[in-house]
This record gives sequence, structure tokens and C-alpha cells, in this order.
Amino acid sequence: MASLDSGDGGGGHKKGPGVKKAKKQNTRVDMTPMVDLAFLLITFFIFTATMNTPTTLDLNMPKDTDNKDQKTKTKESGSLTVLLGKGDQVYYYEGQLEQETASEKFKQTTHKGIRDVIIKKKREVEANYVQDLECEQKKQADNKPISDCRQKDFFVIIKPNDEASYKNVVDILDEMTINRVERYALVKIADTENDMVKVTEAANGIK
Amino acid sequence: MPRVSLPKKSTDTDMTPFVDIGFLILSFFIMATKFKTPEPVPITTPNSVNADKLPDDNAVLISIDKDNKVYFSVIPKSDATKADAVANDVSTVRELNLDDKDKQNFRNSPMVGMPFNKLKSFLAIPPDKQKEIAQDGIPVLDSATNELVYWVGAAQRVFAGEKLVFMIKGDNDSHYPTFKAVIDALKRNEIFKYNLVTMPEEAPGTSEIAVYRKEIEKLQGKK
Repeated sequence: MASLDSGDGGGGHKKGPGVKKAKKQNTRVDMTPMVDLAFLLITFFIFTATMNTPTTLDLNMPKDTDNKDQKTKTKESGSLTVLLGKGDQVYYYEGQLEQETASEKFKQTTHKGIRDVIIKKKREVEANYVQDLECEQKKQADNKPISDCRQKDFFVIIKPNDEASYKNVVDILDEMTINRVERYALVKIADTENDMVKVTEAANGIK
Repeated sequence: MPRVSLPKKSTDTDMTPFVDIGFLILSFFIMATKFKTPEPVPITTPNSVNADKLPDDNAVLISIDKDNKVYFSVIPKSDATKADAVANDVSTVRELNLDDKDKQNFRNSPMVGMPFNKLKSFLAIPPDKQKEIAQDGIPVLDSATNELVYWVGAAQRVFAGEKLVFMIKGDNDSHYPTFKAVIDALKRNEIFKYNLVTMPEEAPGTSEIAVYRKEIEKLQGKK
């Protein structure tokens, strides 16, 4: 232990008469308590720190309208409809769902699998691209890659049903960002589609 | 025989560099830390690859917790009394008879999620005690009694002429219909742009967005 020697303890006889020997003092300070405290604070700050500041996912919705001219039109060949159901399940079909071919077109996948579906469909649309000069010039003016014009007919329609979770919706919106889908919309599910989701869920035993 | 005398080595190690680094890390954490604001209801937000920071303008925060309860809060950028004005507006429109103290409590309470008929009694409680009470959530699901419409409308009137962003902070486990009802309430006030609060996540390296971001960097770097 560090202690101060006051000098008048034992051994008084060593002092010579009239001569005092200067004692060499140790200049070292015991830093252990300070270090202890410092590390305590470090652990405290590590635990309380919120390193990840929240980010924002921008979402734009169209105005509800009954006016036919104002509605967004999509090409059937370029549209992909994604349905979200319970239990993190995803269902999808390309183009339009018709009575006769419905069971064939209607497919099921998961949140992991939907990425490949989106990419595949996007490639397909891009392969059918007919050069659109107007679009390319616009992109060039905005300093954006003109290759984006290739996907101008691609449209993803997202339809969550009542049992989908908020996380599923954000995940699928995020998937649009990840795969750079420029045109997508969040739409109310149709009853026929909802029924198909329910039937598939029952068949697959998803609770 | 000569004896090999081993020099007595001191067992003390020089801790100075260690302490230096220790304090460096400590000062880093002190400066980098933003304290978690205490939330009355914990909400775990989903992740997204978006890297845009939340705007720090005037904001309306609509929160949805895991039990599908909806909460409303106003985050004014500079003028805190704007929150009182929102309470005032709601009070006049819905004839709730909120007094000045209630309005002030509204300003200081972190989140309000009570139907209008219980709002006055809830706001009579001091803000620090409010979090002990389980709130019912603002009714939204029935479009005829969607009370969020009035809250949003009030905020819009108070912040008229200023930039106001609408943030929606939903819990992972909340259900889609609640989110849809919130969107509907905003749509009915002619608001079509929303910011969904998410936590950042790394984009997969091979995905298009990662490639695209590099491409954009190149294009804009040239200019």
C-alpha cells in the first residue's frame, strides 16, 4: 500500500544529530482504481449506446381516384403480383389471374425465394425492351444510368392480406429497393386472390 | 563455483499505454453515444437497406405497437408550443374541453394513444406517471370512427406553411390492416408521402442496389 512516511515512527535513533537525510519519495501513483473506473464507464457506455440511428424508407401512395384516365396502367406482360399471407408466406403470379389457368399460375414461395422471382421477371422484361429514346434522354439529363429504361414496363403489385404482418410489408418494399424495381404499388387484395391464398394455406397446413 | 545470480525482475508492468487506449475508447463512446429516449411502449422496427437518415424537421410520429395499438406524437423542431396547439385544435374540433394543463401535459407526454372519450382523463395525469398506464390505442380500424384522421388534420393545420414529415413506426409483429388504416387516415388528409422508420441493414453485395449505388457514385463523381 502506498503510504506516507511521516518519519517520526520507529527508528528515531538513525537520525544523526542535526542531519536529516532527504528520503527518496516514489513518484509512482497507483493507477489501478482510476483504470477500474474508466473501464466501468466504458462498459456502461457500450451497453447504453445506440449505434444504429434509425433510417427511413420512403413510401409514396397514389391518390384514390375513380377517374380511369388517372389510373396507372400496366402492361400485362410486365406485371408481377405478389401476395402476402400469414406465416411469412409469399404467393405470386405473373400477368393476370384467369379462372382456367389460375392454379397453374398461382405459385408459392418465401421471402427468401421471392428475390429470385423478381430478378427473373425483371430480366425477362428487360430482354423485351424496345428502345425508348425519350426515356433514355431523360435519364441522361438526370445523370442516371440509361439502362434503367429497360425496365420501364416492369411493374410489381404488392397485395398483403389481412393476416400479413407489417414486417412482411416492409420486407417486400425493401426487396423493391434491393432489386431496383422502379415501379411498384401497394394495392388492396381482391377477394378471389384472398380465397386462393386461404386455400393454399390450408393445403400446406400453415397456421 | 560461480553462482549465476538471476536479476530480480519487477513484476510491475507499465500500464500507461493500456490506460491511454482505455480512455481513448471511453471518450469515443461518450461522444458517440446518443441516449435511447425512454419509450413508453417498446417497438422493434423492421430492417431495410435504405441508408437515408430520418429527417429532423417538424414531424408527426405515428407508432404501431405489437398489439396493433396506434399512438400519436408531435415532434416540433423548434417551437415546442406547437404541440399544445395540436391538442388545442383537436380539443376544439372534437369538443373535448381540454384545459391548459392538459395541453401542457400533452406536450410533455411521449406518446398518446387514447380514444377521444378517454383523452381528457388521461391527460390530467402528469406525464411521468402516464407511462405506467396501459393505453388503449387510437381507434383506426373502423373507417367511420378513425380518430387518427382528426389528429393528423390538427397537426396539418398547426404546421401549415412549414415542412412537416409523417413518420410511421411500426412493430415487426403488428398486422397489416392497422398499417393500412393509418395510411388511410393520412390519405384522407391528402398526405401521400410517408417515412417508414426502419433500422439499417447491409444490402447483399451482389444485389442490384449495391451495384447501382457504385454506378451512381461513378456517374456523379465525374460531374
